[in-house]
Amino acid sequence: MADPVLELRDVWCAFGDHEVLRGIDLTVQRHEVVALIGASGSGKSTLLRTANLLEHVDDGQIFLSGQDITDPRVDGDAVRARIGTVFQSYNLFPHLSVLDNVTLAARVVHRRPRAEAEEHGRQLLASIGLAAKADAYPDTLSGGQQQRVAIVRAIATDPELLLLDEITSALDPELVGEVLDLVRSLKASGSTILMATHEMAFARDVADRVVFLDAGRVLEEGPARELLSSPREPRTREFLARVLAP
Amino acid sequence: MTAPATPGVPEPHGAGEGSGPGRPGRDGAGHGETGASGTGRHRPSALELDRRAFRKKQGYRSVAVSMASTLVFATVVVLVLRNTPGWPRVADSFFDLEAARRSFPLVLQGLWLNVRVLAVASVGVLLLALVIATLRTLRGPLFFPLRALAAAYTDLFRGMPLIIVLYLVGFGIPGLRLFPRMDAAFWGTLALVLVYSAYVSEVFRAGIEAVHPSQRLAARGLGLSHGQTMRRVVLPQAMRKVTPALMNDFVAMQKDVGLISVLGAVDAVRAAQIETSRYYDFTPYVVAGLLFVLLALPVIRLTDWYSARLRAREQMGSVV
Ligand SMILES: Nc1ncnc2c1ncn2[C@@H]1O[C@H](COP(=O)(O)OP(=O)(O)OP(=O)(O)O)[C@@H](O)[C@H]1O
Ligand SMILES: [Mg+2]
Repeated sequence: MADPVLELRDVWCAFGDHEVLRGIDLTVQRHEVVALIGASGSGKSTLLRTANLLEHVDDGQIFLSGQDITDPRVDGDAVRARIGTVFQSYNLFPHLSVLDNVTLAARVVHRRPRAEAEEHGRQLLASIGLAAKADAYPDTLSGGQQQRVAIVRAIATDPELLLLDEITSALDPELVGEVLDLVRSLKASGSTILMATHEMAFARDVADRVVFLDAGRVLEEGPARELLSSPREPRTREFLARVLAP
Repeated sequence: MTAPATPGVPEPHGAGEGSGPGRPGRDGAGHGETGASGTGRHRPSALELDRRAFRKKQGYRSVAVSMASTLVFATVVVLVLRNTPGWPRVADSFFDLEAARRSFPLVLQGLWLNVRVLAVASVGVLLLALVIATLRTLRGPLFFPLRALAAAYTDLFRGMPLIIVLYLVGFGIPGLRLFPRMDAAFWGTLALVLVYSAYVSEVFRAGIEAVHPSQRLAARGLGLSHGQTMRRVVLPQAMRKVTPALMNDFVAMQKDVGLISVLGAVDAVRAAQIETSRYYDFTPYVVAGLLFVLLALPVIRLTDWYSARLRAREQMGSVV
């Protein structure tokens, strides 16, 4: 049963004197969806960035499918090629067509032939109903469409792990649904996902486990429904009361 | 090939994209329109037709006004010039049609050299400037000497007047007797490349830095290496941003190629000089000057058009 894709052991990360991650222990099992919640500034984005080595690690270890990726001899580019990342602000490449955005990593990093990569890319775009936009440029798409393309771009090379950082918080409310639906279908197809989110209803609905981050530590974690409906820690209760307040 | 989104056509997915049934005023069902497309195009109202007619009339009027004012202005300039005391002499030695006709073939031949120097120098500038800009963005202690060298280079050649660089390169380097004999146009081209690369590399660097860091992050997140990120994501976007500035520098260089004449290369300026001293008449300079303007005009227009288009695109609201 235990088959961890991502495992953080006592991970520390500081910017100058400011310790942002203070000994994080966290495991994500294969096919598991884990939601990271916590106040703004608690370190969610930083944690996700250390997981794909876009941020430095001051102490501790991170394992990706058993390999210690914090070993300085490890090639960071190769590690990131195995992880899919989606950011809050889509970050599609404006000078490339939608299809080229989706196939860039396959062509450049994984050296797949263009024809093969494009066929796969078109299939993925069709699966999110955007086949007709393959040759359009990102700035002609709505926010929700752009974010769905960004997700498809991240999964185009079949990554072992998906990191999603508040992927709906830049979207108009009526566009949030289409993006969350896509994440649901990824879960159904067996993806392993670690996501930072402010959408508590979505976390309860989709996540297997919820991890509450407070000032750079994991204060509390547990099955999503359980933690969100009856948190043990006073600080978790406080946080949930604040974000769930009408 | 890359068709931009066709406005008004709802995308197939259409999940709540705001194309609900019964949009007011747009249902073409019972109307007499037999449009094959089924999405009957909106027919402008009488009010809008009125407004269009008015705008059209205004357009004609403003053309007429601008033509009239241009005519008046030109007449005044000509009258003032002709009534200056020295006009007959100036007209004779600067605007002599016969001298213009006589010098034209040689000046034009000289201009051909300018054009060739310009072509070679432009390519040289683009390459050298790109290398220098890239050197300046390298991080890490290993690259310190390269970074420092590139910085010193841009400082030196942005500060030094082109004419001095021309003299130093054109007369100094051949004096070393290190290189085979080259003609003046070669050294002139080299001097131009050295000076303009310093400017253009700064333009490139500004463009590279103007690409939002999140773009780099996204590329690295996909597993692209530093080099791949630069080549596939950062540089293409930087290029687009700096194209108008580059074209401006190109226009500036277009006239500065005339300076290679100080090294003795027989270009348009030098040819004009020869003709001038032969007949004691300055008209060949005017001919050469006008030819340079004609040469530059297309690029100047293109630059204006491209900048305007870029601005329009940016105002439409682009992505981060
Ligand atoms: N590159 C950096 N340099 C300095 N400080 C940083 C840097 N990145 C993050 N921080 C600091 O680390 C802390 C945690 O930031 P982080 O972005 O991880 O928070 P977050 O939990 O994702 O918040 P939010 O919900 O607002 O996205 C913040 O106080 C932030 O100022
Ligand atoms: Mg964040």
